[in-house]
Amino acid sequence: MKIEVNQQGCVGSGQCVLAADELFDQDDDGIVILLRDHAGPGLRDSAQRAASLCPARAITLSD
Amino acid sequence: MTARHGTVIVGASIGGFTTAESLRRGGYEGRITVVGEEPHLPYHRPPLSKQILAGEWTHDDAAIAPVETISALGIDLVLGTRATGLDTGRRVVHTTEGELRFDSLVIATGVSARRLGQRSPLAGLHTLRTLDDATGLTADLAGAARVLVAGAGVLGSEIAAGLVKRGLAVTLVGRSRSIRFGQVGALLSPRLADLHEKNGVHLRLGLHVVRLLGTDRVAGAVLSDGSEVAADVVVAAAGSSPRVEWLAGSGLRIADGLWCDSAGRAAKDIYAVGDVARRPAASGTGSTRVEHQQNAIEQALAVAGTISTGFPHSPDIVPFFWSELYGTRIQAYGRFNGASTLEVVAGDAAEGKFVGLALCGSTAVGVVGWNLPRAFREARAQFTSGSPDIGERQFVP
Repeated sequence: MKIEVNQQGCVGSGQCVLAADELFDQDDDGIVILLRDHAGPGLRDSAQRAASLCPARAITLSD
Repeated sequence: MTARHGTVIVGASIGGFTTAESLRRGGYEGRITVVGEEPHLPYHRPPLSKQILAGEWTHDDAAIAPVETISALGIDLVLGTRATGLDTGRRVVHTTEGELRFDSLVIATGVSARRLGQRSPLAGLHTLRTLDDATGLTADLAGAARVLVAGAGVLGSEIAAGLVKRGLAVTLVGRSRSIRFGQVGALLSPRLADLHEKNGVHLRLGLHVVRLLGTDRVAGAVLSDGSEVAADVVVAAAGSSPRVEWLAGSGLRIADGLWCDSAGRAAKDIYAVGDVARRPAASGTGSTRVEHQQNAIEQALAVAGTISTGFPHSPDIVPFFWSELYGTRIQAYGRFNGASTLEVVAGDAAEGKFVGLALCGSTAVGVVGWNLPRAFREARAQFTSGSPDIGERQFVP
């Protein structure tokens, strides 16, 4: 599963890191940093959860 | 689930759209129809008073999802259409474009902005709830120099900050003597007042607008202390009302929102999500209605789960919201009722970067972040884990 983030839209809520800290981090302004741009089978659910909970919908997943 | 089963969702903003998307992603095979009163594709409201008002974003930047994504999900968007009534017996929603039959119904009609009470509408008087409101307001600002914002809560504060960014002289009028910032209440009031004043906003707290000046076009306002404020534009940010008027006579319980249970069920096969939904309070007594983007999203995910599986999903959704004023990112997580003190646990308040625990007696009831989003997130995670000694914890900024 491919992961893309839109840093311009990110509001720094940190929901993605709370859902999947293997995949996402935040810079000092809170803006999303993508740690890996692919999620293997073990991380698909948490990637999906991060994308669903992002209040800015700044995370896009594709197969 | 049979293919004939269909869900109608009334409201095409974040709550309604997220419900539709989550149903589909969860494997729901029935027809999904989303009815939206506004003519626009679903868009985010939080940027209206932030990036869009400040002129940093176009309307397209606020889109909730690209149009290709919406069509790929197989969601029927019925835009420019207002729901006008509900017949629970026949399972029909009446709209301005005819009837829609449903097996499941999700009500996500949100709230509308309260207007300043007055008999005849004056030019130059605005509210900010919709994209069209934002378009009308920004067009009107072109020839303006002085703006009065009535209402000093989160929305009024954000509007003031956005107007300052546009180079306008702003007077911010608030009914309360303190700045009450959403669920956080007055805890941040001195810091918020300081932030506004440092950025040149003329704060008039403990006052309200009693009368607008001007004949065809607004020229200012008279405040409750008798003083006059000259203004070319007035923006009312003085609260909101749930959009339940179309449910009158439906038999559903409506009083400051649509009443539902902890799974968002207002009646059999009828659900409510987002700003319009009034649910039992987590404390077990009373009810609450939460007007935050994150709450709408989490309620929508849960209601989609309930419809898809038939099993009620009743997650404990702790309110979270964020704001941004003059480049300062403010975040809050928790239920702040009764909180009277803020204990700084990371950063330095004097430097304008800190995380604070809101305390009710000695119990931490919420976390506030002020320009320190990573430490806020860490504190929030520890708060969520339910550690009873969170008040003694030291967080690494």
